[in-house]
Amino acid sequence: MRLATYIAKRVGYTVFVLLGLSILIFTLARVLPGDPARMALSPRAPEWAIEKLREQLRLNEPLPIQYIYWLRDVFSGSLGESLVTRRDVLVDISEFLPATLELLLFALIFDVIIAIPIGMLAGRKANTWIDNLVRGFAYIGVTIPAFVFAIIFLLIFGYILQIAPTVGRLSPGVVPPPRITGLLTIDSLITGNFSVFVDAVSHLILPSFALALGPIAQEARITRASVVENLNKDYILASIAHGLPERLIVLKYLMRPSLIPTISIMGLDIASLMGWAFLVESIFNWPGMSRYGIIAMLRKDLNAIVGVVMVTGLVFAIANIIVDIIVSLLDPRIRMVERAK
Amino acid sequence: MFLIEKLKDVGIISPRKAEDYKKAWYKFSRNPLSIAGLVIVIAVVALAILAPYVTPYPHHAEHYVDFANANQPPSLAHPFGTDQFGRDVLTRIIFGFRYSLMMAATVLAIVTPPGVILGLIAGYYRDRWVDTVIMRIADIFVAVPPLVLALAICAVLEPNIFNAMMAVSLMWWPWYTRLVYSMASSLRMEPFVQAAEIIGASKLHIMFKEILPNCLGAILTKVTLDAAWVIILGSALSFVGLGAQPPTPDLGTMLSDGAKYMPTIWWITVFPAIAIAVIVLGFNLLGDGIRDIYAAEAR
Amino acid sequence: MSSALLNVEELQVHFKVYGGILKVLNDVALTVNEKEKVGLIGESGCGKTTTMKAIMRILPWNAIVPKAKIYFKGKDVMKMNDSELKRLRRRSISIIFQDPTAALNPVFKIRDQIFDVVKYANLEMGKNLSKKEIEEEAIRLLREAALPEPERILDSYPFQLSGGMRQRVCIAMALASAHELLIADEPGTSLDVTIEDQILRLLKQIVEEKRTSIILISHALGAVKGFVDRVYVMYAGCIVESARTPDLFREPLHPYTKGLLAAVPKLTGGGVPSGIKGRVPDYMNPPLGCRFVTRCEHAMPICEKKQPRMIKAGNDREVACFLYGE
Repeated sequence: MRLATYIAKRVGYTVFVLLGLSILIFTLARVLPGDPARMALSPRAPEWAIEKLREQLRLNEPLPIQYIYWLRDVFSGSLGESLVTRRDVLVDISEFLPATLELLLFALIFDVIIAIPIGMLAGRKANTWIDNLVRGFAYIGVTIPAFVFAIIFLLIFGYILQIAPTVGRLSPGVVPPPRITGLLTIDSLITGNFSVFVDAVSHLILPSFALALGPIAQEARITRASVVENLNKDYILASIAHGLPERLIVLKYLMRPSLIPTISIMGLDIASLMGWAFLVESIFNWPGMSRYGIIAMLRKDLNAIVGVVMVTGLVFAIANIIVDIIVSLLDPRIRMVERAK
Repeated sequence: MFLIEKLKDVGIISPRKAEDYKKAWYKFSRNPLSIAGLVIVIAVVALAILAPYVTPYPHHAEHYVDFANANQPPSLAHPFGTDQFGRDVLTRIIFGFRYSLMMAATVLAIVTPPGVILGLIAGYYRDRWVDTVIMRIADIFVAVPPLVLALAICAVLEPNIFNAMMAVSLMWWPWYTRLVYSMASSLRMEPFVQAAEIIGASKLHIMFKEILPNCLGAILTKVTLDAAWVIILGSALSFVGLGAQPPTPDLGTMLSDGAKYMPTIWWITVFPAIAIAVIVLGFNLLGDGIRDIYAAEAR
Repeated sequence: MSSALLNVEELQVHFKVYGGILKVLNDVALTVNEKEKVGLIGESGCGKTTTMKAIMRILPWNAIVPKAKIYFKGKDVMKMNDSELKRLRRRSISIIFQDPTAALNPVFKIRDQIFDVVKYANLEMGKNLSKKEIEEEAIRLLREAALPEPERILDSYPFQLSGGMRQRVCIAMALASAHELLIADEPGTSLDVTIEDQILRLLKQIVEEKRTSIILISHALGAVKGFVDRVYVMYAGCIVESARTPDLFREPLHPYTKGLLAAVPKLTGGGVPSGIKGRVPDYMNPPLGCRFVTRCEHAMPICEKKQPRMIKAGNDREVACFLYGE
């Protein structure tokens, strides 16, 4: 099918799933034991304050009515008011989301430029010391959760060695570039402000690398396994038998089929990145949507929690669509998207 | 091996089963890493069960303060040092194993049966309305990264370990359903299933006695690897403050407590971090070994 | 008498596997002359493909070659440097693999794959062809392989073609880089019998037209009989007999060859053939003597102790069996 049709189908499906998700979260928030209003204020808050909050959050209405109010709000561009910031949650999120996106983007870049080459190297030199080294590191990367890495990096590179900053997106005193995309790196490049760019990148390195280690390890493993399997395939042997140069064989005929399982897995890896971002942003005091989400969760800021979950789901869905499109472009056997002539 | 022999002699397991177990053990034990994983897991479980008896300061696991002894670096008396309240870190880590393992066991016990059953039903009745309903609901749960969903569910509950377990259970079942669904829907086309249908076997029989045994390998592997995941999730939840609450000795809370004191008082954070890594490593190695038992047959 | 194009002697290949070493090829020796058609028959697993891979030096990573004397036009293949090897692969010899589906890269169009082969084959001769020239050459090769609509094929992916078409594509690609020796590893085995027949006819026609030598590997005697000039019979990693085709079929010498020929059911009646009793030997612990000893009706005490060498047994005939001398 054509690309446009495919995207339309996926978007429709995403809307459906997100709707279901919103119903789920909504219901859970109000149905599970515990009074959201009381939890938001504190156990010792006066009754009248709690009652006022319940009115405000419409908790006294029947469940479906509450949901319809929420839907109406969403369509008019609001995600409700945050108890913490007293602003519309949508405004909050649009302020903080770019920081998270920038972090995730950097982590993905790290992922791709490190995992694929070392995966291919390990695969080609299977069972040598290089391979064993890569597999060993990959194993550690896969088993240790990202927030543990974050703490370790903070300790070693941030405090002990002091080679990278540990807090925030820019050093104190540095003026951020005018907000075009919200991504400091891109904005500073667009406005030609190179020193800000460097500062932003230096702040990005530790947290995004801590996030990326898990996916790097995973992708490297899969690429390696894929390369090992494909090296024994007849079509590679045939390429060698036809005398094609090694460079061509590796970079063209070996790489593409080997990358297919790797890219297919990327969807899950993006999920893991987005999940761990919640902890890593807290550890590095990164002003992103995830940290905003954590604060909302601790403060029982109901509207913000729902908003953050929905936006996360949306970003994840979009990422998955992009990954699926890339996979079907790489692998002609998956005819989801018609390829350009 | 000898254990299996003994069990066979006593009559607990039939000779044929004994053969199967022996073969499985052989495949498992060929990889020293799998054995290492088994050893680690057994060691952690043993430590957790025997915690009050093997730890030097069992009373440090709950309410205890001794500010005179607080923040002591690792020494002979306290191999992993003491934390900000003067409690022995080593003891708390071992007690922390208890909570981690308890969470893993509880969550997986709650989640696996319904998840698997739903997957069987959806897979067997593929392309009927049952399939659509079950899998669309499952899709909703997996639309958001697991950690995020766990955090969100915990966020609307009171923060404690029990609720954390419930929250993780609530969002974890779809992964089993999806796994079993994909296996069941391809298996139901196999000749042996169709043969059973022809001779009139009941649907229940087909699902549980024909299809399910063929999925056991994947399920068992997933359960073992998931144990590691649930422990990580639990630690993440407590790290953020939505799971176990102080003074419960949980590996996640220890990490977040200690994070404030970095880098000078590093032992409060580093040792729990290593402990988490070790448990996770153990379960991962064990899970890989279990996968090898079933994978070798698939060749 | 034409000069020997390919001369293989004392070829030993072992494979390192979990649990030990498989000593597969045991002093394999064969010769192919110019413009000659040679057949290599033997059951699955006896080492035919391994021998061919050794000749082109594309053995897998766990292969150990303790001994090998492979001479192509007088030059030692095992000692060739990179550029000589490239020349060998791009101009002189090529293999048509057994399974055409596996031999084509599934994620690239035929156009990419055949263009690269043509490009480098011509590069070796100093001809740097333009894109258009490469395309013309590719189309010409596809036509030679009896493929209609070459342009459509170029734009297809392997999975869009039928088995027979894929095999012909492989043949076309092999034609680009095999101007002296073509090695066809069981062509058509994975295909319909009628297609297999077409493929064999095609190969025969091509080889005779171009006056290229060919090694035809097969486990089907019928395929070989009407095709090649000389036949080598292989068993368990050893060459056991070699003869001119008519001689071999009329009067097989080695007990294995006799058993093979007898195992083919005959239209003229005689019931279902009995087959050869016993099983192939274990490559990890091969017998010290003749590898066929456990299945041979004529086994003698010496067969278990010493390995038979190939000895002359007539005009252009050799056999490795103590029945015919030491």
